[in-house]
Amino acid sequence: MSADAILNPKTEDEVARIVRDACEAGRTLAVSGGGTRSGLGRPVEADTALSLSKLSGVTNYDPSELVMAARAGTPLAEIEAALAANNQMLTFEPMDHRPLLGSEGAPTIGGLFAANVSGPRRLSAGAARDSLLGVRFVNGSGEIVKTGGRVMKNVTGLDLVKLMAGSWGTLGVLTEVIFKVLPRPEATRTVVVRDLNDAEAAEAMASAMAMSVEVSGAAHLPVSVSYKFGDLFDGQAATVLRLEGLDASVAVRSERLVAEMGRRGAVSVLNAQASAKVWRDIRDVMPFAAQRTKPVWRVSVAPSAGHQLVAALRLQTGVDAFYDWQGGLVWLQMEADPEAEMLRKYVKALGGGHATLVRADAATRAALPVFEPQPAPLEALSRRIKQQFDPRGILNPGRMTVAP
Amino acid sequence: MSELIAFLEPDRSVIARRAAIIADLADLVPASSLITDARELVPFDTDAFVSYRRMPLAVVLPETTTEVAAVLKYCNRNGIPVVPRGAGTSLSGGAIPQEDAIVIGVSKMNRILEVDLPNRCARVQAGVTNISISQTVEADGFFYAPDPSSQLACTIGGNIGMNSGGAHCLKYGVTTNNLLGVKMVMFDGSIVEIGGKALDAPGYDLLGLVCGSEGQLGIVTEATVRLIARPEGARPVLFGFPSSVAAGACVTDIIGAGIIPVAIEFMDKPAIEICEAFAQAGYPMDVEALLIVEVEGSDAEMDAMLGRIIEIARTHGVKTIRESQSATEAALIWKGRKSAFGATGRIADYICMDGTVPLGQLSHVLEKTSEIVARYGLRVANVFHAGDGNMHPLILFDANDPDESRKAEMAGNDILKLCVDAGGCLTGEHGVGIEKRDLMRHQYTDADLAQQMRVRAAFDPKWILNPSKVFPLDGRNGAYADETGETAGKTAA
Repeated sequence: MSADAILNPKTEDEVARIVRDACEAGRTLAVSGGGTRSGLGRPVEADTALSLSKLSGVTNYDPSELVMAARAGTPLAEIEAALAANNQMLTFEPMDHRPLLGSEGAPTIGGLFAANVSGPRRLSAGAARDSLLGVRFVNGSGEIVKTGGRVMKNVTGLDLVKLMAGSWGTLGVLTEVIFKVLPRPEATRTVVVRDLNDAEAAEAMASAMAMSVEVSGAAHLPVSVSYKFGDLFDGQAATVLRLEGLDASVAVRSERLVAEMGRRGAVSVLNAQASAKVWRDIRDVMPFAAQRTKPVWRVSVAPSAGHQLVAALRLQTGVDAFYDWQGGLVWLQMEADPEAEMLRKYVKALGGGHATLVRADAATRAALPVFEPQPAPLEALSRRIKQQFDPRGILNPGRMTVAP
Repeated sequence: MSELIAFLEPDRSVIARRAAIIADLADLVPASSLITDARELVPFDTDAFVSYRRMPLAVVLPETTTEVAAVLKYCNRNGIPVVPRGAGTSLSGGAIPQEDAIVIGVSKMNRILEVDLPNRCARVQAGVTNISISQTVEADGFFYAPDPSSQLACTIGGNIGMNSGGAHCLKYGVTTNNLLGVKMVMFDGSIVEIGGKALDAPGYDLLGLVCGSEGQLGIVTEATVRLIARPEGARPVLFGFPSSVAAGACVTDIIGAGIIPVAIEFMDKPAIEICEAFAQAGYPMDVEALLIVEVEGSDAEMDAMLGRIIEIARTHGVKTIRESQSATEAALIWKGRKSAFGATGRIADYICMDGTVPLGQLSHVLEKTSEIVARYGLRVANVFHAGDGNMHPLILFDANDPDESRKAEMAGNDILKLCVDAGGCLTGEHGVGIEKRDLMRHQYTDADLAQQMRVRAAFDPKWILNPSKVFPLDGRNGAYADETGETAGKTAA
């Protein structure tokens, strides 16, 4: 980045003034929260860095309403502490990218939503975008805009909230986010099925999701990955199925799931503590955290296609893989080259989906499409939308696609 | 009768060309898909917001996406407004046509194209009814979660247009949380596919934007929706309270205690009386307010959760607790609730509000609602989704009395403003349509609305799609311009 200054506004009005001035002067802005995900996405080329880290603090939180509002730069740790004090949590179990990317700093709540970061519970509770109820932001012309609100159901006007989630700061600078939270489950257990191959695991996960036991996480850790969880799985492949809820309820559901899965392989049950560790490691992609020079992809396909994709790739190149979201979220660590073209060709052949290059050096990320290129009509539509928020193209230019 | 809500001034030059336009449409769709006879057009002149009616130029009911595309392309080229329509069950006037518009209805596109159980989704045409998706996969142990009260009739295309909710969305979310992909025809007849079986595509969330866009961004012809495993069992329980305030406070405490039932429905005394008279659901008549709380799971799970809910209800002086003892009884309890609108319609004309408020404001807003309606000399029945704060006051009036009609609309507007002032919004699941259009400035600033209108223009630069809806008619001029720099939209009537 060629930034010559870092601006740290403390109020929304200051943010608006900064953006307005930049817009008038045609100066580009690199917008960030805690910067822990600055190595994800295309590298931004901008004149000035705008950090939201000083625009911080929870602005509204009544636990009995299951809703929290916070300024965009509020550290995630502060949010989670406030929620934990009331036995609540974020719904979408966001990944912490620091171990995988080797980044430092403190993730912010605004950054989470700007990147639509979701974890294993996305399968049952929705993505970050699903829990986002309202936002305030400053668009590329420096106007303060609010959209959505602080109620669970809201169809008043166009849902710009969804548009802001996952827009990586390219449509507006988030200043405040309002989101749904959930009570922490009273009990958690994880049912483990041992020694299934990837295809068998996909079937097992699909059959578990078809049961009325409310699985809140379904992942598969092949042998090449499971050994990294210490002696928890005795070096065997592990298919892990998480159950959460009231104590009595989890006990009943766990029995049913164990009985059903017992027909597919040896089954054991992890207690709450062991569960928490396993799912945190899956969430943060810890199995691929150590070798930072190797490219890592996050691929989303139909759940039944995940293992087919990995099988096809393995015939062509060196790749390590594990699965979340019932097999539909594939984490790939490439041995050497990112093999973007090959990967995307197979994704397309297997019914479609998308591959995001989560870890690679800046030169590679500048040269390759980090995010799955959109079909031409959607790409054109996205450019028109960008125009309507940021007519001069000053916000995070080049972050998602090559700047126009 | 003078109308409070205006429509755009119809384009006389379009109306003058009616015969030629109909002849052209006849080349694009089969004769059986084109309705032009005045009597046959009548059923399309309004939706469930019956106080307003406009006869369309013609109605087209295409059978394929290609036909939808051909008609839209033609309308765009010839500057003819288009009003998309599902089953016409909108309570906010979202499907009410205008005199210079072609209605494109998706009701003939009613096939389920694919059920993919391993990937827990179904691909359906936009005209399938909401209930038919669940019925199709019921035997396999799945269901489609959003369940608007009109689910027997309403279409998935309409559900996407309005981002419909229902009683059970407290746990499962609304349409946008259960929608994976759409095939959509754009204003110019081009066909796009957004999303699919893979979750969370990168790039701007166009799917999230299309959902709830009230037919202004395109016409959805196919949808891929999420299927969920059916719970083992479900048990609705009736709780009768001595006051609405006590019932409201009980809702807040249930949620605050970290218990999220599948549904918490609220009915006040007038609503109980109306529904009981119609459905004979066995509702207690000696209480001022009723909650229907539904829990699901195995018997042990339901017992555990109900035990806690009952404890909380006792602290609010609950007078009656009645658990359903059989599937028939459970169905009856829900029949009473789901027939609330129909049952009300038998005793009076009504308009149904849809404001949503933060849970902590429920009791306050209920009290103020009664005051507002009483001030206009009218009656109100409250029946709504309390778990997520989505209020549905039904304002009763006599449609044959112009003065009462006007008062009902004005009371409704006051109630919606009250909801916004309490930290809520104008509409939780019915959409803005024409009904709440002119109140949008109460919730949003001009800058907020201008941003939304600019996004709309990115999809439909000439505003031919459902142009009289959602955004106040005044203040549109200059708020946006199409790519040629021409200002879109016409002056309000």
